[in-house]
Amino acid sequence: MPAPLLSLRGMTKAYGPTVANSAIDLDVAAGSIHAILGENGAGKSTLMKLIYGVEAPDAGQVLWNGETVHLHSPGEARRLGIGMVFQHFSLFETLTVAENIALIVPGSIASLSARIRALGQDFGLTVDPLAHVHSLSVGERQRVEIIRCLMTEPRLLILDEPTSVLPPQAVGLLFDTLRRLRDSGVSILFISHKLDEIQSLCDRATILRAGRVTGHVDPRAHDANDLARMMIGREMPPPLHAKAHAVGDVVLELSSLDHTPDDPFAMPLRGVTLRLCSGEIVGIAGVSGNGQAELSRLISGETRLSHARRDDIRLMGQPAAHLNPAQRRGLGLAFVPEDRLGRGAVPEMSLADNSLLTAHPHGLLKRGFIDRKVQAAFTAACIAGFDVRTFGPEAEAASLSGGNLQKFIIGREISLRPRLLFVAQPTWGVDIGAATAIRQRLVQMRNEGVAVLVISEELEELFEICDRLHVLHKGGLSPALDPRTTKADEVGRYMTGTAGAAA
Amino acid sequence: MTGIDFILGGMLAAATPFLLAALGELVVERAGVLNLGIEGLMALGAVIAFIVVYHGGGHVAAFAAAALAGVVLSLVFGWLALGLRANQVAVGLAIGILGQGLSSLIGNSYESLTITGLPKLSVPVLSGLPLIGGLFSQDAVVWLTLAATLGIWAMFRFSRLGLILRAVGENPHAARAIGYRVIALRLWAVMFGGAMAGLAGAYAATVYTPLWADGMIAGRGWIALALVVFGTWLTGRIFFGACLFGAVSLAGLVAQTQNWPVPSQLLSSLPYIVTIVVLGIITANKRLLKINGVASLGEPF
Amino acid sequence: MIRMIRRDRASRPMAVSAPLIALGAAIAFNLILFLAMGKDAGAVFYALLLEPFLSWSGFSEVLLKTGPLLLIAQGLAIGFRAKVFNIGAEGQFILGAICASIIPVYFPQATGGWIWPAMLLLGALGGALWAVVPAFWRVRLNANEILVTLMMSLIAVQVLNYLLLGPWKDPMGFNFPQSVMFQYDAMIPILIPGTRVNVSLLLALLSAVLAWAYMQRSFGGYQFLVGGLAPKAAAYAGFSESRAIWLSLLIGGFAAGLAGAAEVAGPIGQLQRSISTGYGYAAIIVAYLGGLHPIGIVVSALFMAALYIGGDNAMVSADLPVAAVRVFQGSLLVFYLAAITLVRYRVVFGKRGSA
Repeated sequence: MPAPLLSLRGMTKAYGPTVANSAIDLDVAAGSIHAILGENGAGKSTLMKLIYGVEAPDAGQVLWNGETVHLHSPGEARRLGIGMVFQHFSLFETLTVAENIALIVPGSIASLSARIRALGQDFGLTVDPLAHVHSLSVGERQRVEIIRCLMTEPRLLILDEPTSVLPPQAVGLLFDTLRRLRDSGVSILFISHKLDEIQSLCDRATILRAGRVTGHVDPRAHDANDLARMMIGREMPPPLHAKAHAVGDVVLELSSLDHTPDDPFAMPLRGVTLRLCSGEIVGIAGVSGNGQAELSRLISGETRLSHARRDDIRLMGQPAAHLNPAQRRGLGLAFVPEDRLGRGAVPEMSLADNSLLTAHPHGLLKRGFIDRKVQAAFTAACIAGFDVRTFGPEAEAASLSGGNLQKFIIGREISLRPRLLFVAQPTWGVDIGAATAIRQRLVQMRNEGVAVLVISEELEELFEICDRLHVLHKGGLSPALDPRTTKADEVGRYMTGTAGAAA
Repeated sequence: MTGIDFILGGMLAAATPFLLAALGELVVERAGVLNLGIEGLMALGAVIAFIVVYHGGGHVAAFAAAALAGVVLSLVFGWLALGLRANQVAVGLAIGILGQGLSSLIGNSYESLTITGLPKLSVPVLSGLPLIGGLFSQDAVVWLTLAATLGIWAMFRFSRLGLILRAVGENPHAARAIGYRVIALRLWAVMFGGAMAGLAGAYAATVYTPLWADGMIAGRGWIALALVVFGTWLTGRIFFGACLFGAVSLAGLVAQTQNWPVPSQLLSSLPYIVTIVVLGIITANKRLLKINGVASLGEPF
Repeated sequence: MIRMIRRDRASRPMAVSAPLIALGAAIAFNLILFLAMGKDAGAVFYALLLEPFLSWSGFSEVLLKTGPLLLIAQGLAIGFRAKVFNIGAEGQFILGAICASIIPVYFPQATGGWIWPAMLLLGALGGALWAVVPAFWRVRLNANEILVTLMMSLIAVQVLNYLLLGPWKDPMGFNFPQSVMFQYDAMIPILIPGTRVNVSLLLALLSAVLAWAYMQRSFGGYQFLVGGLAPKAAAYAGFSESRAIWLSLLIGGFAAGLAGAAEVAGPIGQLQRSISTGYGYAAIIVAYLGGLHPIGIVVSALFMAALYIGGDNAMVSADLPVAAVRVFQGSLLVFYLAAITLVRYRVVFGKRGSA
């Protein structure tokens, strides 16, 4: 039997006290699609960075075609024949597609452009080589990343969670491309936490949990429950499927809202109409980069409109588009932004001081001065009530894991007793246990009569908890869809902007 | 001599210190680093170059020594800002203060001494033209600076190095992910910027006004920093901005010789006032800054 | 191999010892420099660092210099913590001195106890006024306040020159660029008899108390901190960035202007070209060395003031150029900025993987 294309033996990597990878062994056969399966925080991305030479391992050995190699840099990895498509792309927005590719592939812009077009034809990855990356959609950017890798003629292609940025239909197309690549002799290392994808695409799977390998399997020979148990160490929590519920007053109303942001790279919003009542959960689906960030800033008040346009956004029946975030919070809005560190929380400040960020009107101040006792009590209540794992209110926000910090921020915002809770990407980068707790909490809020608005890339999540669903695509919002009767494919058509044409 | 041909003839020489320093800072900022210490780097380069010329070392050695001094001091900046990830604004200010202090200290015993500058090299025929003839009669450093401007423009426009620097400045994390050594590249850029600031100081002290006076850089390093913003990080625009400032600083001299009824202090303030006004006009256009700007500028990596 | 590992939280002991580490390094660096210059390093350091504290007359001069440095640095530190970098305190100081001088220059005969307080108020307002331009430029025109404040300082020097060479020149002053000597009532009362230390030192200490209460205890100060540490979090919370910029610059300008007024109405007693020996720039160093903390700044202001007096001593006793003090100050700031990285990182010696 020939030596595997790539073998890892005992790969270990720690960041300070956190061990991201512990003694990992892995064999990738030539001409196969090999999955790395694991939930958020299991150490998948770290392992890929070690293979691609971005990070150096603390211990361990890499064998390429049976020979020991030392990967000190991505350049070296590329020379061996390893290519990588990053989850958060490593593209440069102000450069053109061809310039981005010229950064790792030798050749003039003209000759590269010709090769980009040719490769695009061969693998169904068309993209304009002279377009600036900031003008491309997320899906197009992924194509650029893949083309850039293919132009280095790799023997092994690593894709880190490639489907998280794609609508359902595009996932099928990507899989076709990947199978064609495998058949042409390229091995693929496919990283994902989605069981169905791995079962439909991959020949082998290595499962990681908390930085360790928990199994090497043929994913088609196991059912989803087996894989889930290896991935999270217990049964997958059953989906919630919240039951329909009586709704109350309108708490949020956007009426054909248009907005062109100052930032030339941002997505303008066109005619966004949205109504949300107390006692319901409304979800906004769609691939990030289609106006989610802009819309959430408009609803939160981080982007304010002029006084003349104050009626474009109404909160609790009052004109609110001209109000700042603190004023909107005063009306009963609470908001959990998609970036936790640096926006939802100040990384260098303690949790106690981070409570003050939005909870200061709730008795934490006395005549303009901070009441340390009330502040500590409030923070301790958030930590206890939402199962935040930390040593106490004095822990710095940056020292918490993604899931714990998210629980703290959601806890803080729920403690404001809002009438409208707006959460952007509630479970991004959060482990399954925390994600389940967060979803349960959102449904509980709804049952208590709070209006909940959720922006998420995870379609399954929205199907699970939402009463109504919209899709955001290129700055426009689809009509309301009923998640209990709508199929994922139909949502997918809205995500690619082809729903109107099909109807 | 009328005012216009005086200004046209002297504009490029007056612009040269601004231009050299601003071109250096352009490369630094394009790589994502904000070095506010230019004033101090120029001051240090100025005094070193002056001393070398004063003791008979000649201009070539003087400029080389000034560039080296700029590199050494900018390495201190690099150690703090890149190696230790210290706040770039604070480090820039510290380097500025240190450089100016060292400049005064080293130049202490040379105060008010003079040296000989450099002869002008004229382009035949063109330099004989009326009114604009003066443009074609410049010293060697001006000609070399023009060549350097062209070279840096071409580097950013056509070369792979220019592409890499822009990539590192826009998104250092992505640049690292595809295999570029961000800190090393930034350090090279900082050293280049230091060398250019040293040369700018050398020109100011040994060619433009060949005498030593403490504090002679007089804010030109800061104006060079502003020029990079005026030029929205584009070489061509920085060149025109530097010419504008060269002309403005000469306009003051013209006004004095022509006995205009304006206080000389107002004329001396003119470059600073123009800086403030132009800065406001350019930066008010946020979209322009965002499109041309450097996304990671000043952020530690 | 040396590696830097980020600490889980900022180290408080390291924050306190960083200035001392920096001082040690600066002494070592400057020792080499003094030896290279052929100076008697022992005599220099004695004059520079010890002599100011050894005699009451020397120490009273230190206290005198502490006032302006402390005032300016407290004002600047508030802005620095909000990442609003006002580096034009020098110009705001000069404007304060000019505005305070309006009363004695135009009303040299005026008498009454109201004069010196009115001068201080005018000076403070003048300093704040000079900071209006950078604040407006930053908030409305998006222009970097570092460049604008600095340009405003360079312009302030020219305004001062214009006044002293033109309309405000003392006609009896032998053509020197200086104003008339101020009348008795335009002088701030002396605080400690027998010295030049005046009541403005109390104002400076009061500013430290106010800054402490505001920055360390109040919600207003907290908003500044958030704005400086994480601007997006401040926007998310709804803290106004414009307000932080306006307040930072106006407070900084007000304090620097007050210091300038106290200088002309205090030890100098007239408007001159040399009213500031770089206080505005030195205060930047004071603010950082004090860890941008109101109490730390009291200590660092005292130290920097001593360095000024010590520099004068060393010039006389050890023939040290004044510029050497600036080099000492600059190197101190450089080493301090290196030392404070130890607050967030710890240095580990040894091989990878052994940690």
